[in-house]
Amino acid sequence: MSKAILKVTGLTKNFGGIKAVDNVDLDIQQGEIVALIGPNGAGKTTFFNCLTGIYSPSSGDIMLCNPKNGNEITVNGMKPNKITEKGMARTFQNIRLFPTMSVLENVMIGRHCRTKSLIFGAIFRNPATRREEEEIIETSYGILKKVGLHKEVNEEARNLSYGAQRRLEIARALATEPFLLLLDEPAAGMNPKETEALVSLIRKICSEGHSILLIEHDMKLVMSLSDRIFVMDYGKKIAQGTPEEVRSNPAVIKAYLGEDVDA
Amino acid sequence: MFPVKELKRSALISLWFAFLTFPIMVIKVNPIERTVDWRWDNMYFVAIGSFVISILSKVYLIRKERRSGRKKISRALTEPFMQRILREPRFLYPLSLAILVFAIAFPYFFSTYQTNIMTTALMYVVLGLGLNIVVGVAGLLDLGYVAFYAVGAYSYALLNMHFNMGFWTVLPIGGLFAAFLGVLLGFPVLRLRGDYLAIVTLGFGEIIRLILENWNDFSQGPSGIANISRPSFFGMEMSFDGGITYIYYLVVALVVFTIFVVNRLQNSRLGRAWLALREDEIACQAMGIDKTKTKLIAFSLGAFWAGLVGVIFAAKTTFVNPASFTFLESAIILSIVVLGGMGSIVGVIFGALILILMPEYLRALSEYRMLAFGGILVVMMVFKPDGIISNVRRSYRFKKHISHQTSDQS
Repeated sequence: MSKAILKVTGLTKNFGGIKAVDNVDLDIQQGEIVALIGPNGAGKTTFFNCLTGIYSPSSGDIMLCNPKNGNEITVNGMKPNKITEKGMARTFQNIRLFPTMSVLENVMIGRHCRTKSLIFGAIFRNPATRREEEEIIETSYGILKKVGLHKEVNEEARNLSYGAQRRLEIARALATEPFLLLLDEPAAGMNPKETEALVSLIRKICSEGHSILLIEHDMKLVMSLSDRIFVMDYGKKIAQGTPEEVRSNPAVIKAYLGEDVDA
Repeated sequence: MFPVKELKRSALISLWFAFLTFPIMVIKVNPIERTVDWRWDNMYFVAIGSFVISILSKVYLIRKERRSGRKKISRALTEPFMQRILREPRFLYPLSLAILVFAIAFPYFFSTYQTNIMTTALMYVVLGLGLNIVVGVAGLLDLGYVAFYAVGAYSYALLNMHFNMGFWTVLPIGGLFAAFLGVLLGFPVLRLRGDYLAIVTLGFGEIIRLILENWNDFSQGPSGIANISRPSFFGMEMSFDGGITYIYYLVVALVVFTIFVVNRLQNSRLGRAWLALREDEIACQAMGIDKTKTKLIAFSLGAFWAGLVGVIFAAKTTFVNPASFTFLESAIILSIVVLGGMGSIVGVIFGALILILMPEYLRALSEYRMLAFGGILVVMMVFKPDGIISNVRRSYRFKKHISHQTSDQS
């Protein structure tokens, strides 16, 4: 097995006296789809926020390893934008698009960290800047096509349907060229048809070389999609393994259904 | 039909107004004869006047609501007249050319006095456009903008007094000083948001003014610095009138330059990042935008324009003192941006012209000048809360591939 592209060891996050994430270990291999599940309030989103730098973890290590060049970096304590630059992008549970900007512009924002023109380029619009802008638009359009939003390209983001907004979030995250994509409840609020489309989209993204870590409540989606599953409850990791292993794990059943199942 | 409820409301409003204005409109103490004049007629005027105004405004609002309710179908129709013009290059270019020609011809057709007022107004256009980058585009509420203006003005005044440096040398220096100060202030402050940022910048503006007022050795205190040299034209000295015209053209050039730069900035990678930052900071960071850096650039760019105008201000009046840089100035510049339309270049230009020229041309109303001015501001904000011309952002539209596709014709 090759080196893990994400390796989390002993990650802990305290809010005052509450341990929202308690000593969690997790690793993701290149090309895997890994799911993080658990009852509401288990600390999954807090875990995500620690990974992406929105919270800085109280203790523990987060190591990223870029599969292209094998560089290993510890990212805990880094600013969110730096972490995105390193190749880990995310979507949000409660959709956080830029509502009054167009669909295309939303994705163009994602290209920000892979381009570099600043004041000088903006004012003089030299050939390099113009080429860069063209590249941004072309790439963004390509990504929108991939997620199936190219017909709404000039629409304002807030006018999209709920499912389309979720897909736009994924497109925006893809625009930052991540090798690891974190999806926070991508199927929340979707109807079965939309969910189905999402599953094939995630498979497609994965087959193009992006590894995926996702939080999800839709068990059907999780079980059919993921290579491995991590289960959290009360901030602790209570189980990990393949879907079959997790499904039959007594601790998981207890966490989801309560004490007296076995009786 | 007009609802009876609204009539009752208007009647109540007019009663309340009559009551409020009672002390100033009705009672008049005559100190010589030691009598009190009761001018009851005034009360009727106030009551009737406010009744009519309140009904008219209500009618207007009701009609506006009906209209907006009906017209959600087509965007092209709801778009105001001005915005449609601005979107069409066919109208926009000849229009801006005409305005430019008018601006160039202005000093030949109008008196020196008019030219002078116009110069001031155009200076505020640049100030407004500068603050527009900070407040309108990047969404950072800055109430101490005048501090940067003061820095520009004093850098010219002091450098000219001590080192005899000329206008053209100091112009960029003043701008850069202000921008540098913007960065200095920005570092600790930009982690704050909204109201908190506003309070800190407000404090900062006052600090600069108080320093200038109290540090006598440095800035000559409240008495200010006089006899600042006017800008020279390739070493030529000019007559008084010629100087005014010269500065006028200088400011026109600066306005054109500013519009050009601000427009390009807005439609660039940086401008997009500012817009996104205004909409959602956390999402921005997750997309790899460096929040601090992007905000700092906005802040210092805004300050840069204020510095430039500050230098021109010092050269124009040949005298600076701290009284020119009070909070009121910041408030006026901010009103220009808000009134004109946040983020809209054309709006800000209109806002500046109206806000600066109106008090001058309302002089015919003598004592009631500021009252009328205030009234007009209130009315404008009630009926056009988005500003005179709300932002017409040229959003990026993708055209190329769509023509290949069968289903989409946009």
